[in-house]
Amino acid sequence: MSTEKTIAIAGENALIVYFSDKPGAAVSTEIANTAKKLQTYLGATLIDLVPSYASLLVIFDPFKTDHHSVNRAICTAINASTKSAPAARTTSQSLVTLPVYYSSESGPDLHSVADNAELSVEEVVSLHQQGEYQVYAIGFAPGFAYLGEVDPRIATARLATPRQHVPRGSVAIADRQTAVYPSDSPGGWNLIGRCPTLMFNPQATPSMAVAVGDRVRFEAIDRATFIAMGGVL
Amino acid sequence: MSLQVIKPGILSLLQDGGRFGHQGMGITTGGPVDSNAFYWANLLCENSRNSACIEVTTGGLRLASTVKTCLAVTGASVSLRINSKAVELWQSHSINPGDCIELGFASSGSRAYLAVAGGFLAEPVFDSVATVIRENLGGLSGDGSPLKTGDLLPCKSVEEPQLWRLPESLITDYSQNSAHLRVILGCQQEAFSEAQKQLFFSSEYRVSQYCDRMGYRLQGASITPAIESMLSEGICLGAVQFPADGQPIVLLNDRQTMGGYPKIGSVLSLDIGKLAQLTAGGAVHFKPISIDQAQTLLAEHKTQFDARSDALIKIDN
Repeated sequence: MSTEKTIAIAGENALIVYFSDKPGAAVSTEIANTAKKLQTYLGATLIDLVPSYASLLVIFDPFKTDHHSVNRAICTAINASTKSAPAARTTSQSLVTLPVYYSSESGPDLHSVADNAELSVEEVVSLHQQGEYQVYAIGFAPGFAYLGEVDPRIATARLATPRQHVPRGSVAIADRQTAVYPSDSPGGWNLIGRCPTLMFNPQATPSMAVAVGDRVRFEAIDRATFIAMGGVL
Repeated sequence: MSLQVIKPGILSLLQDGGRFGHQGMGITTGGPVDSNAFYWANLLCENSRNSACIEVTTGGLRLASTVKTCLAVTGASVSLRINSKAVELWQSHSINPGDCIELGFASSGSRAYLAVAGGFLAEPVFDSVATVIRENLGGLSGDGSPLKTGDLLPCKSVEEPQLWRLPESLITDYSQNSAHLRVILGCQQEAFSEAQKQLFFSSEYRVSQYCDRMGYRLQGASITPAIESMLSEGICLGAVQFPADGQPIVLLNDRQTMGGYPKIGSVLSLDIGKLAQLTAGGAVHFKPISIDQAQTLLAEHKTQFDARSDALIKIDN
């Protein structure tokens, strides 16, 4: 670890652990491992855990425990997960491959991303598929996974005016992050394609295709395959 | 057996205690923004404290009953009529099949809670029926829809309901349209200078027109923390954040689970309802407290609240 971890008060029943001042694969893995340990240590006194880029918000039941006990549990969990990190990395992380139909019909900003990068559309699609991305955080909307980082050549600033309507499954880029919109929503990211895999399904178990700490690859599919897999244009 | 929605009013939502344990998936908690009024509505109907109620924003809800039961309305000062006859808030009332229940518009406060004996029986999504419109989760059909005309809200039948009322001394008065909020310092508080903190805690803020279940945007002295940019992180209920314009936003039940604005701390949960009952123009003052003080206040409140259930006054049928 490059920087020291700190634990801060976040609210009457919440502590936040800062693992580092910048995100990265090792930080995400450590956060995921610490979160797993805390679930065991805190049991019924735990209300919720919110992992993010470089932090973990721990929300506890103030009628069953207090911040001193939770602080101690966090320290123990960090120490334990640091020690067990190499083993846990192989067991807790999965690699998820998401199919994408890249085209201007499914990704209306594909051409502007290419123009902005001074690359061909084919090169943009190829660079997007070459990366293996880390799930840094899930937020903004249920199942919206922030993936990083895309090749700097295809990093693209958000739209000046966000769209009122981005269709479910849209694959998008914002700066060096990429994501698949889990549901129809407003959004300001650059749309380059569409994924037929449901990222969030309240009826399914698990409800999400990916979890924080997982790694993700994208794989190009053609229009017919996209439709056959249940994709909607 | 149900209550039928004849008119949904401005915004009426099914809410139970909230949806917990799924914030890591980006799913927020929802739940009643004035938990105090919500709990009383349930206790007056002899329900467990987190049973599903209707949160009525501003008013205008009209229901027709096909069931014998009882109901209670608490919270904002709306008029309540049963078959056109004006009746009191903060107490339970017998309801018969064919009865028409009508809520007027709030003269003070902004949200009323309507509980029915046994609670409204909707199918939970992620362990809760709390309606979060933005997430398409919860409510009567599970898809986050607010109540609409024709909805049938299932509830159980109670042959001889025991009726209760709250003593006058325990009824919340919202007519001042002002709130003093206690804040537990935390998160990026070190990025706020002593002078900035002093300014924040000594200033009066006003509720702007941008106030909803997601958050209350306030207007007043501008506060600028010494922080250039930060990574998005998990946000808890009541977090007080400052976007670039320096105007505070207090995040409520439907907040996004993550955000990247600096926060000075979080409002004590016991005070969230006071804020959420304010309307645009309402006055807000903040006061800093420590997490240990907060823990003591919560414990005291719980003891008082548990005892207050005995304070309900029986109404002879």
